[in-house]
Amino acid sequence: MVTYERLYDVIVVGAGHAGCEAALASARMGCSTMLLTINLDAIALMSCNPSIGGLAKGHLVKEIDALGGEMAKNIDATGIQFRILNTRKGPAVRASRAQADKQLYRLRMKSVLERQLNLDLKQGEVTALYLEGCELRGVELRSGMRYLSKTVIVTTGTFMRGLIHIGLNHYPGGRAGDQPSIGLSDHLKSLGFLVGRLKTGTPARLDSRSIDFSVLEEQRGDDPPQPFSFSASAITMPQIPCHIAYTNHHSHDIIRSGLDRSPLYSGIIEGIGPRYCPSIEDKVVRFPEKDRHQTFIEPEGIDTIEVYPSGMSTSLPVDVQIAFYRSIVGLERVEIMRPAYAIEYDYVDPIQLHSSLETKHIPNLYHAGQINGTSGYEEAAAQGLMAGINAALRVAGQEPLVLGRSQSYIGVMIDDLVTLGTKEPYRMFTSRAEYRLLLREDNADMRLREIGYRLGIVSDEEYQLFDAKRAKITAELQRISVTRLAMTDHETEVLSHCGLEDVPKGITMEQLLKRTEISYADLAEFDTVSRETDAKVAEQVEIQTKYRGYIDRQMEQVERSKKMESVRIPDELDYNTLQGLTTEVREKLARNRPDTLGQASRIPGVTPAAMSLLTIALKASVWKGAAHS
Amino acid sequence: MYVRDTIAAVSTPPGSGGIGIVRISGAQAAAIGKAVFKPIHDGGLVSHRFAFGRIFDQNSGDIIDEAMAVLMCAPRSYTREDVLELHCHGGWLVVERVLSLALLCGARLADPGEFTRRAFLNGRIDLIQAEAVMDIIASRSEAALKLAQQQREGLLSRSIEKIRSYLIQSLALVEAYIDFPDDDIGDTDLAAIRKSVHESLSDTGTLLASFDQGRVVRDGVSVLIIGKPNVGKSSLLNCLLNENRAIVTHIPGTTRDIIEETVLFNGLAVRLLDSAGIRQTHDVVETEGIKRTLEKIPSADLVLFVMDTSSPFSAEDQLILDAVAGFAVMAVFNKCDLPRTLVVPDGSSFNAQVSITALSGDGIAALKNAVSGYFMVDAERDTRDIVALSRARHRDALVSTEQSLLRTDDLLTDGHLELMAVELRDALAAVGSVTGQTTPDDILDAIFSSFCIGK
Repeated sequence: MVTYERLYDVIVVGAGHAGCEAALASARMGCSTMLLTINLDAIALMSCNPSIGGLAKGHLVKEIDALGGEMAKNIDATGIQFRILNTRKGPAVRASRAQADKQLYRLRMKSVLERQLNLDLKQGEVTALYLEGCELRGVELRSGMRYLSKTVIVTTGTFMRGLIHIGLNHYPGGRAGDQPSIGLSDHLKSLGFLVGRLKTGTPARLDSRSIDFSVLEEQRGDDPPQPFSFSASAITMPQIPCHIAYTNHHSHDIIRSGLDRSPLYSGIIEGIGPRYCPSIEDKVVRFPEKDRHQTFIEPEGIDTIEVYPSGMSTSLPVDVQIAFYRSIVGLERVEIMRPAYAIEYDYVDPIQLHSSLETKHIPNLYHAGQINGTSGYEEAAAQGLMAGINAALRVAGQEPLVLGRSQSYIGVMIDDLVTLGTKEPYRMFTSRAEYRLLLREDNADMRLREIGYRLGIVSDEEYQLFDAKRAKITAELQRISVTRLAMTDHETEVLSHCGLEDVPKGITMEQLLKRTEISYADLAEFDTVSRETDAKVAEQVEIQTKYRGYIDRQMEQVERSKKMESVRIPDELDYNTLQGLTTEVREKLARNRPDTLGQASRIPGVTPAAMSLLTIALKASVWKGAAHS
Repeated sequence: MYVRDTIAAVSTPPGSGGIGIVRISGAQAAAIGKAVFKPIHDGGLVSHRFAFGRIFDQNSGDIIDEAMAVLMCAPRSYTREDVLELHCHGGWLVVERVLSLALLCGARLADPGEFTRRAFLNGRIDLIQAEAVMDIIASRSEAALKLAQQQREGLLSRSIEKIRSYLIQSLALVEAYIDFPDDDIGDTDLAAIRKSVHESLSDTGTLLASFDQGRVVRDGVSVLIIGKPNVGKSSLLNCLLNENRAIVTHIPGTTRDIIEETVLFNGLAVRLLDSAGIRQTHDVVETEGIKRTLEKIPSADLVLFVMDTSSPFSAEDQLILDAVAGFAVMAVFNKCDLPRTLVVPDGSSFNAQVSITALSGDGIAALKNAVSGYFMVDAERDTRDIVALSRARHRDALVSTEQSLLRTDDLLTDGHLELMAVELRDALAAVGSVTGQTTPDDILDAIFSSFCIGK
């Protein structure tokens, strides 16, 4: 081994969506950072669907942006179709989604990384961590190089022991066309980590010249497109549509006829796949009563003929794939450019992590992204950002940043992962958030901007923009709470036009806005100030006023749970010394090693009685601690 | 975790007893004592001294009961918090009213075993003692569980589980429409959600009603026997008492004119109130007795209106018929062995009617069945079929389920899916507090098993 002379603060292993955010965050926080990747031309590559966002995922992207991450800016600069989903449902469940130009997306991210101060990019495959005794010192590469660092963030995605399946054929690979990472997961296992196996899949990439789009339904994006980033003002990329196609009975017969050569149904694949993103053979088998399945034909970019048929992933042999795709109306002559495949990979059960994403076994080692059993670019990026922030905080000797479940989807996700672990690829859903009404896309900046700024990853300029917006919202909320209507003829007429009769004189605009019949825009009919209010400010004022009752209710629940969330359980607590715990609960607590009482209470099987014992034990230890000092 | 709010509960076993004790523990115990208890002697409550006085409703000023009260100031109490005990008369109504007074004053209904848990949390007893006490509580619950087994295994668990599955189904629909807008799962089917919500509402209502039934079975009902003199009320009473050796208590009435006896009819505890015969009179004492009898009508669960079939319908009968109008009334036609001359006026309506001959005992069994059948869905049902465990807690949980469901129903009109989800989650949590937990995974499982999702 040759040891490189420099000592880095942070080394990030892997340059996917998690690795990029991790490296940028730590470098922006002033840490000398090295980003290592197997292939420098595959930075921030979208291995599966060429899109960012969607329900709960869009929420994550907005939160990443509010904290100073890069994902939102990257998609805003390279997105070719933007849509807000659920516009007819309430604001808490609206979410942004965008199609990306896949090549531009990775190129822009690479260029951002290259221009980042404190950040070195290097190509190389990490095969082992470098430890002195139990102390983490750096990483070792297949090339024989050893790089030294104070902290290491591992973001290996699907690459650890990656195995690609097409029909009954299988071969090692991290992604179609890329080498897997061999050795690292065995090394982690030898260090005592529990390593499991998961599976995911991707559809074929099709030649758009061989598709008859005239018979497919077109789906356009929103006009004008709304950017993800709180710092962006407009989208300048040209916008292009997607198309919707459907499978039919014939398609399903073809799938069924090929099941005997499916690695999934012949038992070759052992890894557990995601239920929310099943392969087409899974859908046909599990829902035989459905006579068709929908697919969005998504462009992979502006300057490419490759398209991505969403929801049509499969691991069936290529001849079955060809027959299947060609059975779809509009795709009768379709040519496959890259076949669909399934991939199995190693993950490290996230139950072995602290809420900071630092591993419990090895201090200064952090895991982020798909290695933690998640799926999705957004989930990965959010973890990468948090791992980068916490590694940098560690280097600076500060307490880690742990976001609460009532504060962000990022907090919900990490808490779920480290408290419960995962047995299948974990995807974010809004239904996972118990305080969903508080965690909206629209207020991600209100929730997290301040934190990002304090960390030093949100720029002064961005922060001032936010600060001004926040001040305007406060002022406008105050104004409408004291502005009363005299009920002039004009006002009466406007309100009656909205369907409101007999409005009492002296009603405040706030009270008026609480009525379902009235929107903030309606106020502008007789109120000059609201006519000039910035759209983003108006949005906040409207949501905060209309939702107030439910928001307050959730805030109360948050307050009630806060006490328990804040009680920390010391790492050294020995559950064997706690009398009265049942063996089952004792084992669960010893295995999960929750960081806080709140986490302990969320572990299935931990009873209220066990919680009281734990509470008492912690109190006793605090008393002991006080006596010692 | 443990917010040390003030808790209250009935500490004596459920059912009627000589004394009923309501126990209150927490910082507000002394204040609650001051608010609801007025000692006979001035000076208020002194710690660890029993005081005699009256419990009254501070809002209405009504006296609820005469009682003994003892305040045990922290830390010399069972829980090491301020504890107030109110020892009142043991009827369920009185005890429940005293408990509800304490709850109105800011106490919260205690969870099962919570007093012991507090004793443990406050360090008064150690873990081993706590476990021992909790074991005792648990074994008592076990016994109660055995008693109520048929009911719990059947009606309660099944109904709760059914409500829970409706709620999960509704929530899965709502969540699927929220989280998978681009998936081909059809338009938001508000009609399906509404149907599901209405099913849960109706089941919750049925269950709440069954708890009332459980209360009736467990705590008994009061039946007032009324009729003009010499229609055979006393022989009827004797007949019922002779037939039923299982007399629980014999309490002299509050006036010399009303006698209270408790008997079991098919396992239903019935407090029989034998009233003064009603006739038009100028006698002051008798008038007072009649007045009291008439006053008893509204508080009786059922009135047995005894008539003599061998004599014509009289003005006194008419007086009673007018007085009981609108209440639950069973017509009892006595002396059926004699030629019938009684003609009940047209338009008189009774909840039921039974013909008997009190002197011979003919028809008495039918009368008993009619009374128990009136209160119980199934008169043959075993007394063990009662919901006795954590009754108030279960009812509280179901009432809160019902409220959330009603709000969900309102929100359906506007199609506010995300707010409906909040209400449905609250409802699910409330139901879950009766049987166990519902995890978010239950909902995701429901989504994935019923919709083809994923792209």
